[in-house]
Amino acid sequence: MLAPKNKDSMSNVMAVALSVCFVCSIMVASAAVLLKPQRIANKNFDRISNILMAAGIQNVSPTEIVSEFDKFEVKVADLAEGRIISDLEALDLGIDTSAYDQRKASKDPSLSKSLKEGEDIASISRRARYSVIYVLREEETRAISKIILPVHGYGLWSTLYGFLSLQGDMNTVSGITFYEHGETAGLGGEVDNPDWKKSWEGKKIYSDGNVALRVIKGKASSDSPDYDYQIDGLSGATLTSRGVENMVAYWLGKDGFGPVLSRLGE
Amino acid sequence: MTSKEILLNPLFNNNPIGLQILGICSALAVTTKMSVALVMCIALTVVCAFSNLFISVIRNRIPSSVRIIVQMTIIASLVIVVDQVLGAVAYDLSKQLSVFVGLIITNCIVMGRAEAFAMQNPPWPSFIDGVGNGLGYSLILMLVAAVRELFGSGSMFGVEVLPLVTNGGWYSPMGLMLLPPSAFFIIGGIIWAIRAWKKDQVEESEHEIGEQTAFSKV
Repeated sequence: MLAPKNKDSMSNVMAVALSVCFVCSIMVASAAVLLKPQRIANKNFDRISNILMAAGIQNVSPTEIVSEFDKFEVKVADLAEGRIISDLEALDLGIDTSAYDQRKASKDPSLSKSLKEGEDIASISRRARYSVIYVLREEETRAISKIILPVHGYGLWSTLYGFLSLQGDMNTVSGITFYEHGETAGLGGEVDNPDWKKSWEGKKIYSDGNVALRVIKGKASSDSPDYDYQIDGLSGATLTSRGVENMVAYWLGKDGFGPVLSRLGE
Repeated sequence: MTSKEILLNPLFNNNPIGLQILGICSALAVTTKMSVALVMCIALTVVCAFSNLFISVIRNRIPSSVRIIVQMTIIASLVIVVDQVLGAVAYDLSKQLSVFVGLIITNCIVMGRAEAFAMQNPPWPSFIDGVGNGLGYSLILMLVAAVRELFGSGSMFGVEVLPLVTNGGWYSPMGLMLLPPSAFFIIGGIIWAIRAWKKDQVEESEHEIGEQTAFSKV
């Protein structure tokens, strides 16, 4: 390319700036537009496979994931009123269950409430009013066999986002999984450890109507009377363990899904 | 310099991390797992190569008064494109890299090569220089990640090499390896090793350490 006579003239500065911006913006915009469908598909796929993982449905091939997921009923829970709202009501509210973004909703004052100091045990500061939950029913009796709840709470460095799955009695954990967190790999990051996640299975949640499930320091002993309510803490990650415990306590408590669950359990 | 020299010099003779001590921040952040580090290396090499290429193509037109902004615009656009591509083809890994792909924009190696090499040289050597520096960065990053993952998690590329105590094996992982400071120690060790091998990289000391006066005066 030929060098212009005066590179630093005002006209050349403007010309270079404008053309660089123009070319770059076209490049960025076309990449974003072209790849958007793939990115959204990836995100959905990731969400669905996490829901299945929380429900204990593992090792399904990628092609089966969608058909497995279709077995779930997708419902909207109204946390303020403590009930599951009907699909029609959800439609009226403009909630599209496949696109509803609870994270965005919890920042929107009209769709969320701010938590007072005593209430905010999971350190999330705001809680969305509506939450999309997933229900799996027995094929014959139509009784609920599993229910999967989105949960999040603050650990040591980051907010952990995941799904907690309960059995049909609404009092037994059937699985837990995290799809996003920024905890230290190998320490707090061990929340992703399959063995640790397995230790949640079959643990009980409520005792006298309160959340009694605890992530304890060290190993839960099977001799302890509270064994059914205890999860082994992650060694070297006291604060992450505590964060997970608080997260569970909040979301299964009266301000979270507690009322919804007790109504479903009746 | 021949193309081969431009490509290979940044590996040992003029390594961006080892000699110039640039780009340390991401070397600390993304080296706990080799798979994540590898994606980061590829992303940085691509960005560095193409930013050098594009900047070199228009180098004779860029007014010196706004050259840094022009360079940043090109680099930033490339990084966004790379980030978008990663989200589309390697979703899991891009999630683990999170903000660090975006932070390539501020990686001193990319800007450093644009300003120091691409502004003075024709497109092809500039492109090669970008690839070479990307590889130099990658070399150190992968070494650091290999040590950190092996001793911190007992695995390499996620495959268990040293069976962990928690999984019924014998190896008790070193927690320190998973924390950022360990990367400092490893990079320090690598720099020492390179300078022990290539003596010309040893810098002259800027000041002499005085004798231990406290004892001699007593």
